[in-house]
Amino acid sequence: MRRLATAAWLLVLVSAPLWLRSPYFLHVLIITGIFTIAAMSLNLLLGYTGQLSLGHVAFFGIGAYTSALMSLGFDIDLTDTFKLVVEPKPVALSFAVAIAASALFGWLIGRLSFKVRGAYFVIVSLSFAEVVRLVALNWVSLTQGPMALNNIPPVSVWLPGIGEYRFLGKVPNYYLMLAVAVVSYVVIARLVRSRAGRAMIALRENEALATSVGVDVTRYLVLATIVSAAMAGAAGALYAHYVRIVDPDIFLFIYTVTMVIMVVTGGKGTLAGPIVGGIIFGIVPQVLRDMAGPEVQWIIYGILMIVIVYFLPKGIVPALRDGLQRRRHVRDAGIDPLASAPPAEAAQRR
Amino acid sequence: MSVAGPPQDANRPPGGSAAAQPQAWGDHTSAPASGVELVVNALSIRFGGLVAVDDMTFDVRTGEVLSLIGPNGAGKTSAFNAITGYLHASSGEITYRGQRLNGLRPHEIAAMGVVRTFQKTSVFGGQSVLDNVLIGLHLRSRQKPVAIMLGLPSVKREERALQAVARDILRFVGLESRSHEQGAALPYGEQRLLEVAVALAASPRLLLLDEPVSGMNPVEKADFMETLARIRARDVTVLLVEHDMRTVMGVSDRVVVLNQGRIIANGPPADIQRNPEVIRAYLGERYARAHG
Repeated sequence: MRRLATAAWLLVLVSAPLWLRSPYFLHVLIITGIFTIAAMSLNLLLGYTGQLSLGHVAFFGIGAYTSALMSLGFDIDLTDTFKLVVEPKPVALSFAVAIAASALFGWLIGRLSFKVRGAYFVIVSLSFAEVVRLVALNWVSLTQGPMALNNIPPVSVWLPGIGEYRFLGKVPNYYLMLAVAVVSYVVIARLVRSRAGRAMIALRENEALATSVGVDVTRYLVLATIVSAAMAGAAGALYAHYVRIVDPDIFLFIYTVTMVIMVVTGGKGTLAGPIVGGIIFGIVPQVLRDMAGPEVQWIIYGILMIVIVYFLPKGIVPALRDGLQRRRHVRDAGIDPLASAPPAEAAQRR
Repeated sequence: MSVAGPPQDANRPPGGSAAAQPQAWGDHTSAPASGVELVVNALSIRFGGLVAVDDMTFDVRTGEVLSLIGPNGAGKTSAFNAITGYLHASSGEITYRGQRLNGLRPHEIAAMGVVRTFQKTSVFGGQSVLDNVLIGLHLRSRQKPVAIMLGLPSVKREERALQAVARDILRFVGLESRSHEQGAALPYGEQRLLEVAVALAASPRLLLLDEPVSGMNPVEKADFMETLARIRARDVTVLLVEHDMRTVMGVSDRVVVLNQGRIIANGPPADIQRNPEVIRAYLGERYARAHG
């Protein structure tokens, strides 16, 4: 049943370019997918370790800038006499460096947040994102500041037999996005169903109890920030090589908010939650744009969000799951009337 | 080693199947037959000007059940927190099997085999009962993050093995029929059992229980005493903080009595019950004078 649903989902996603004739819709889908990857990565932190990273866009932007700069080449005056010059690198390599750079910053934030939980984690992550944005805006010699990095090459890979393949246009970029999304999903799914994921959940649910059974919670919080940042970085790099222009606006707070909305409405702490939330809040604004004026768009967007949060406080996916479970419970009630047998049994033993 | 066992028949399995799983989840290779497990030497804990624990010295012998009792505010839980790394001792030394515990973090102390439960009921409420125990098995699993992300077969194999161990532990405490319920959905007494199951999952050699039977009804208490007897039968030394005197006198080999941060008595339960200072601490000066 579960396998079947997964296969059906994959079939729909893989075949999308075939039945979605409009390149505009495909573009919407690519951007939605990229933000959904970022939302999935945020979910690992927010949903599983329970720590709200309100600076998540920083990792996204670092990934975008790193990959763009590596593929364009750059130079930095380290001292008056020494200049670090980096020649343009193949995009595949830039992509990998971007993931590594984001992961490194994830590690840094994780370490900084060593004893910082809850509100303090929010402040650390938020300040971090703002600092990175200001650096990107003001370090003009490196980032071009508000003039933006232009002409970023598309992702290209070297394939045996074919030679260099460039991901130009919508359809190749769609499949590239889909591949990164699937890999991210699988990695997160494996993590959360393992010892590491249980340690993260334990931190979220009861930190004192977790440490009492030997869970080094800081270690697993750092692991979560590293993996989460690396994925957000990958999403950012995808974005940079697809849109092919990066400016400091990529660090805007609104993008973090979008990711948080995707995770919370879809259902934090569930694997499917950020995907459902991502698709809804990625596509709805674009669809609304065709149907209504800007003010009406935002009103509808806001109402939709309030309705979801008000009626499904745990998110869409947990609400659906609970509904299914309740139905199953009612069905099984006739078969298993001894659901509360053990206490009665214990009483008889005395 | 004192082996004055508790009065319950220790081998009766709960639900009838625990006896078939001997030591399935115990992984201490050898427990010394005698010796000192834990030494608390001149321990003091101060919060600002308040002295919570004052110059406390006692030891826990391997294999025994030692109870720490005393009126509210006597410093029992503070001592617990200092031993398990949740509080810093102001002075004094705590050693476990010759190794200093002072300054170690809670998870490091747990890794040495010193595992505690909490006074306030403490389970992973949003997780299933089985998952609670699986979290408790953290120290017994070896998966590395990279292996997990690559989905190596060794990880899957270990996950299956852990599930089996978790079921054994649940059977041991008598919660196997609750495996798939949410921790928070269990009745109070069963939540307390789940706490013990989670602690047992961490393979303690020294188990510290902080008021485990508080809030239990008499039937649950009696069941719990029986479970405790089976835990010690697996070479687990137990340090117990408890207010329920029937439980304390029933299971303990020795009792240490605290009053206002100081130890006022230390001995077998029968002596403690007759100790005039203990009676004074619990029942007051006038009662002690009137009844001798």
